[in-house]
Amino acid sequence: MSETALAIALAAFAAGSVSAMAWPSGPGARRVSLASAFVGCVAALALGIDVLQSGISWTWRSGALLQPLGGVSLRVDPLAAFFVSIVGLTGAPASIYALGYLRELDGGVRGRAVHALFNVFLAGMCLVPLADNVATFLFAWEVMALSSYLLVVSDPKQEGAPAAGLWYLVMTHAGFLALLAGFVILAQDGPLEFPAMRAAAGALTPAAQGIVVLLMLAAFGSKAGLVPVHVWLPRAHPAAPSHVSALMSAAMVKLGVYGTIRVLFDLMPPLSPWWGGALLACGVVTALTGVLYSVAEVHLKRVLAYSTVENIGLIFVGPGFALLMRGYGNVVLAAMGLVVALFHTLNHAVFKSLLFLAAGAVVHGARTSSLEAMGGLIKRMPHTAVLCLVGVLALAAVPPLNGFTSEWLTFQLLVAGARYTAPALAIMLPLALAAVALVAGLAAVSAVRLFGIAFLALPRTDGARDAHEAPATMRAAMLLPALACLILGLVPTLALTQLTAVVTELGLPMGQLDTGLALVLPLVGSQLWPVAIAALLAGAGLVAAAVSRTSRGYPVRIDTAWNCGRIAQSPRSEYTAAAFAEPLKRVFTGFYQPTHEVTVDVHPVSPYFVRGITLRSDFAPWMEQTLYVPLVRAARWISNQTGRLHTGSIHLYLALLPAALLALLLIARWIR
Amino acid sequence: MKLFTKIIRTGVVTEPLPDRAASAITLAREIDRRAQSLFGRALAIRQVDAGSCNGCELEIAGLPGPVYDMERFGLHFVASPRHADMLLVTGPVTRNMAVPLRKTYEATPDPKLVVAVGDCARTCGVFAGSYAVVGPVDRIVPVDAYIDGCPPEPAEILQGILAALGRIEGGRRG
Amino acid sequence: MTVIVLAVTQCLFLMIAAPALVGYVRWLKARLQGRRGAGMFQPYRDLRKTLAKGMVIADTASWIFHMAPCVVVASTVAAAALVPVISANQAGDQLGDLFALMALLILGTIFLALGGLDPGTAFGGMGSSREMTVAALTEPTLAIAILSLALTAGSTSLGTITNTLLTTPSNAIGPGHALAFAAFLIAMLAETGRLPVDNPATHLELTMIHEAMILEYSGPYLALLEWAAALKLTLLLTLAANLFVPWGMATSDGAGALAVGLAAVLAKIAVLATLLAVLETRVAKLRLFRVPELLAMSFTLALLAATSSFFTR
Repeated sequence: MSETALAIALAAFAAGSVSAMAWPSGPGARRVSLASAFVGCVAALALGIDVLQSGISWTWRSGALLQPLGGVSLRVDPLAAFFVSIVGLTGAPASIYALGYLRELDGGVRGRAVHALFNVFLAGMCLVPLADNVATFLFAWEVMALSSYLLVVSDPKQEGAPAAGLWYLVMTHAGFLALLAGFVILAQDGPLEFPAMRAAAGALTPAAQGIVVLLMLAAFGSKAGLVPVHVWLPRAHPAAPSHVSALMSAAMVKLGVYGTIRVLFDLMPPLSPWWGGALLACGVVTALTGVLYSVAEVHLKRVLAYSTVENIGLIFVGPGFALLMRGYGNVVLAAMGLVVALFHTLNHAVFKSLLFLAAGAVVHGARTSSLEAMGGLIKRMPHTAVLCLVGVLALAAVPPLNGFTSEWLTFQLLVAGARYTAPALAIMLPLALAAVALVAGLAAVSAVRLFGIAFLALPRTDGARDAHEAPATMRAAMLLPALACLILGLVPTLALTQLTAVVTELGLPMGQLDTGLALVLPLVGSQLWPVAIAALLAGAGLVAAAVSRTSRGYPVRIDTAWNCGRIAQSPRSEYTAAAFAEPLKRVFTGFYQPTHEVTVDVHPVSPYFVRGITLRSDFAPWMEQTLYVPLVRAARWISNQTGRLHTGSIHLYLALLPAALLALLLIARWIR
Repeated sequence: MKLFTKIIRTGVVTEPLPDRAASAITLAREIDRRAQSLFGRALAIRQVDAGSCNGCELEIAGLPGPVYDMERFGLHFVASPRHADMLLVTGPVTRNMAVPLRKTYEATPDPKLVVAVGDCARTCGVFAGSYAVVGPVDRIVPVDAYIDGCPPEPAEILQGILAALGRIEGGRRG
Repeated sequence: MTVIVLAVTQCLFLMIAAPALVGYVRWLKARLQGRRGAGMFQPYRDLRKTLAKGMVIADTASWIFHMAPCVVVASTVAAAALVPVISANQAGDQLGDLFALMALLILGTIFLALGGLDPGTAFGGMGSSREMTVAALTEPTLAIAILSLALTAGSTSLGTITNTLLTTPSNAIGPGHALAFAAFLIAMLAETGRLPVDNPATHLELTMIHEAMILEYSGPYLALLEWAAALKLTLLLTLAANLFVPWGMATSDGAGALAVGLAAVLAKIAVLATLLAVLETRVAKLRLFRVPELLAMSFTLALLAATSSFFTR
């Protein structure tokens, strides 16, 4: 059954991209190609669920395709199926969303190209987890990267899109090179097939192991958004069309997680626990960086992009913890670490896609992407507001939604691990727990700020004042992930039981999970019962509402808001997004390193008459300045130096050919 | 520790309030019995300075203190008129405080009482006829009780409030 | 069945006793200021009066404004359902643990902050911003304090922690326990908005954190919010008392044990409330930007508690 599902999915994506370019009428092209994309995503989801439930893996080979590189080889095992189902789960709402979102692109080549690329992007993302040899993997990886790059730069009116695309392109290709090098080293003269690499990995020297891990983490971490190779993410995600941003944040970065788990847990032999500690620390630093920037950013989609970085950091705590625990011999805790990471992957995919779709609706309706220009949208866009509130509450990790369940599991994981009596763990795990708790608190601040400034109070500009509600297709598309947030929050065991199959397949047996409504896990002493908590909340809330309604002896009056008796209330008196984050910016000023620029505009007649004073405050992009600017400068210097070879003398050019040949022969001789 | 030894040595210094209202108190109109029973032992007061010289404010500031202790009657000051049951207004209403005073009154939920403190609040006092003054408080908001004096003593202010609540006897009808 | 009856009774006890606790603290502060003060039951009269008053709603408010008090009450009641009050056999353990309790309190804080932002007033936004900042910065302290309790008890469930401490009191004799207690109390001061973090009786809007968010509420909504704040203080004090000093709590269902448990918790809460009133009389409110320093200090205490409990294992 899953074979047919895969065939349907790929065929649907192919049909979608072809019809986008070839269908005669503009609106028809949009509808048919997006309907195909929807069908493909549903098929992908069906494939994933089928393999997860049955636990049976299967492979498919074709020597004919990609013959020079070794043929196409696909393998559907539970881990791959899980990630394919995430692509399907997030792609389906995005396809419906694009029906309404991209209506104005009908009739131009750009619209057709966007729909075609969307299908290609989805196909690439489905193929990456299924790849069983290096050729297929890298081919699908590149297809995914190029199609998403083209989608990022597709909107000519988006300022900063070309620069964002350039960052993205360079970093994804640097990652590609790192992946290629890593796979080659991992294969050690054998065929570049994953089964062969798996079998031969035991023969790697520790040094080679270390190099492979570093290369893979650099590449997959860059795709996922680990600090410090995350810098493309907050540039590229806001520039892309919103449904593509949703997919990039919800599905594409998860493929970085997939790659990490596949390499570190499947292809490679058990690694030293120090790698686990390093990965854990990296995850924690990423989470802190992401959340601190998301609290302070003012561009709506950049807030969400940094929040993706934060959640990726939290996800990477899982594999890091798993490696650590496996190194100390506790296989059950290691399995739990992976399960928690995968569960948060699913939850984040669901609520982040909801939030990006809602952000797209807001930007579409209010015609602005800056939080400082929004406000009062809850009255103009009521349905979008409710759906966005669900996403925001999931982001803030409050019961009974799914964000809270995965955060609770992460906490329990770290507590269970901290009971170990190894000295290093006794310091590291409490600090990690404290950092994750701080991240959770700051995420709540970011969530309140996002929803409060954008939707509540009075509109700050005309765009917000005249905002229009999103079309019905966009709202229907947002309803799906919102329901998924609620269902995954109330009945987490639905997904968790499937994940035990995944980790068992990876060699970390965890045993069966209790499938009841309460969340009971091995080695975790406490229990969570989301349905009961939700019932208690609903009951108490209804009683409170009843109390406030029945005791109205005197009528309710509507009046202006109390602002200390001022004559008029203007939007200028509201809190702004920058002001909301001001106390935190002061507390973490060492991290933000704000720059202040004060300009005083004086009257030309005399410097004592001041016409205006402007304060401009911004964050110093210190990560780019310390890490990337030197790299760019070095690259430019190298290219300038090699440019010296262009002397114009044909004798030199002819001499270069045999020189290069001689060098290659010597290198080949040396490697052999 | 010196603070706590001082506290123990000083003890409670609250003075009893005479239970007949002073002659300086005038009840302007018949106050709703339902409101009075609602505010029986709990009243939130929002003090509004409608342009006063702050003499009355200084006396009012003595009310929450140890000597007069308004809290023992269940009275307390609040910051927002939305939380308030009674507005305690001082001062001749100046031009720029007229609209804010009216807005404060409208921002207060029903049922509400207004007590005007000081001679300025009843007759504009020494500022009567000034270009900056709009008129006495009852020109802007309906007043339930007046407490005369320039400034009235804190005990009289307290008695005025309690008389408006019907908690003590006395006070002229006017 | 009796477990559920007991759980419901304990929750109702907290809900009913909350205004009395706030009244007691206010009365004691009045006495320490040399005043007679209103009686201990004044907050009940205040609530009864506020419930019966009419409401004035801002025209800029949306349904968030109406939903916020209900969610605040719901989340605080749900958190109160998890707290062990009289008996160490907690039915609430099946619902959730300490992390769930903290998350429920954050849910209330989030909606309170949204309710403060909704009318579009400057002070509402200011209160929301400050409240969320303080809430975020207390999270690490609470998490580590919970961890240090869980390290000795083997679980983060409230009933399990109290039971373990009752059966093996030797775990409590150690610097870790006392440090965690101190850290938890400081974090609790920040969470409930008491001095030195926030003055619950201030009228100066620029010094407000919690009160600034409720400036716009009136009538029954205001009564619900005030009562929820009192309930939050009561449940956190009970939590501090019963998690760190659980002796006196009932371990069986007998009427005698329950009566002793009730008396014990009343005594412990009274002691903590007295200490709170004395502290509020002694200290002045900290500047807002000094509050992170206080919270950092409590975090250090908690971290020391967690690592020291490793050494005593």
